[in-house]
Amino acid sequence: MTNGIPRRLAQAVVVLWAAFTLSFVILYLLPGDAVLAKLGGGDGGSTLTAADVAREHAALGLDDPVVVQYGKRLLAAVQGDFGRSIASGEDATTLVLNALPSTLSITGLGLLFAVVFGGAIAILGTYTRSRWLSQFLASLPPLGNSLPTFWVGLVLIQIFSFNLGWVPALGSDGFSALVLPAVTLALPTGAIIGQVLAKSLRTQLDEPYVEVVLAKGASRARVHFGHVLRNAALPALTLVGVLAGNLLAGSVITESVFSRDGIGRVTASAVSAQDIPVVQAVIVLAALFFVVLNLAVDLLYPVLDPRLAGRVTAKAQSRGKAVSGV
Amino acid sequence: MSSVATPSAARREAGFYLRRPGLVLSVAVILLVLLWAVVPELFTAHDPIAGVPAERLQGPSAAHLFGTDETGRDVFARVVHGAALSLRATVLSVLVSLIAGAALGLLAGSRGGWVDSLVMRVVDVLQSVPSILLSLALVTALGFGTTNVAIAVGVANLATFARLMRAEVLRVRTGVFVEAARAAGVRWTGVLARHILPNSLGPVLVLATLTFGTAVLEVSALSFLGYGATPPTPEWGSLVAGGRGFLATAWWMTTFPGLTVAAVVLATNRVSRALDGERRLV
Repeated sequence: MTNGIPRRLAQAVVVLWAAFTLSFVILYLLPGDAVLAKLGGGDGGSTLTAADVAREHAALGLDDPVVVQYGKRLLAAVQGDFGRSIASGEDATTLVLNALPSTLSITGLGLLFAVVFGGAIAILGTYTRSRWLSQFLASLPPLGNSLPTFWVGLVLIQIFSFNLGWVPALGSDGFSALVLPAVTLALPTGAIIGQVLAKSLRTQLDEPYVEVVLAKGASRARVHFGHVLRNAALPALTLVGVLAGNLLAGSVITESVFSRDGIGRVTASAVSAQDIPVVQAVIVLAALFFVVLNLAVDLLYPVLDPRLAGRVTAKAQSRGKAVSGV
Repeated sequence: MSSVATPSAARREAGFYLRRPGLVLSVAVILLVLLWAVVPELFTAHDPIAGVPAERLQGPSAAHLFGTDETGRDVFARVVHGAALSLRATVLSVLVSLIAGAALGLLAGSRGGWVDSLVMRVVDVLQSVPSILLSLALVTALGFGTTNVAIAVGVANLATFARLMRAEVLRVRTGVFVEAARAAGVRWTGVLARHILPNSLGPVLVLATLTFGTAVLEVSALSFLGYGATPPTPEWGSLVAGGRGFLATAWWMTTFPGLTVAAVVLATNRVSRALDGERRLV
């Protein structure tokens, strides 16, 4: 148990494999025929002959036994090849990777907003002595979690673009076009951060060490920010890895609301066209995102909590999972 | 649940609700929406599909509570008539998660050994992909339509149910009454059906009510993206999507259907929170 990193790396590889396998089972084994969707959608289904279908099937490798298909695709996927987009013929991996920067800019800003606002709500809500303010702030996260994000995005466009004219309504140009999509993305994520951090802060405030520090003459602010927050931030930090994956998934809705280019748009149109290789590439990319961020969080843990140095953070990992499941 | 008709019990019951106006309001919202789904004609005289072109894009008024859309259809009528489809999809998705998840959890918890390991690894895998992406992949494979959307959302939420059910079964399985039943010679399936299942189902049912709110959001999000019912049929998510082109001129087309979804989610979350614990505290 002294060296957790190789073990964590192995776990990361297993998660990636699992995501690939799950998407293979769903996309390639469930009934539904992408070839028919493609040919039928093009120049009218009437010209479609059985020979056309058979040729397309062979080209996509759909005639092989399942195990052979799985082996071939897994081998290709390890090399970053998920096949060609059924709709456009482009390489699925390239298609997804080209869309990545635009999505990263809104998910990055969204994560920042979520951490700042979620954190502020939790910290202020536990710090304030006003019962009214504390209850008000505690009621915000459940509210944020209950609003449909696609609708929030549209309402934001209505208010800030059409009524006030502060930011452009649609499109991908410039920083000002980033703000509304990032706020929309940040809403459910910030709500979860606010909820978890507030709960964790309350637990820490009940610990005996708080009284000791206060008795030694430290101010409330010093206790709150210097001691309690540091300890409470750890469980919330585990969440960040999980939530970043959710942000990426949330971009499907946000990008379609704001007509922005990016992974979400690519995913939405791939689902509409039943473009299996592209959907699979997106799913594996989301798993990669999840895995890399969790590894980063795991490496950051010992830095924040010296007690954990050299210990496998399996406990933190399972905590993150439990929260993400809800 | 008091059939005990003592005055003090009744008063305590009344007091419970009086101190929680939010809960009463939430129950009212849910009942109203359920009535919309069952008897929409009682709430609106307008046709949800055929519009009156002369009355298109009118703001909210007494005649058209939520205004009208670009073909003169009454938005309130479309929201009321959309309730049936949206709620049916939500209920179906929660049932899929509940039944499949509970069955997997029951299997894993009661059999143990390699069955347990196998089932729980499958559940781990389901949780490794964000649920929206998982349901999008399922929609890609299954095809479009309200039922497929519901199944996709249900499968994506199934993992939590399996986990909770397994944990409950493991807790109940060690109970003295289970041991007694086994010792008395009740067969394995009998113990499972008569003793383990009834005693472990409670928390899982509470989770089902909690999931209802999330499921409303997820189903309407997929419907918003256009994977649900085909256009003229009203569905809450697609109603919001339908107003996108008229944000600048007809705010009511997106605002009211969206508010309806938010109200239903808030109400179900409030009620499930009450079911989860508040009642026992009184």
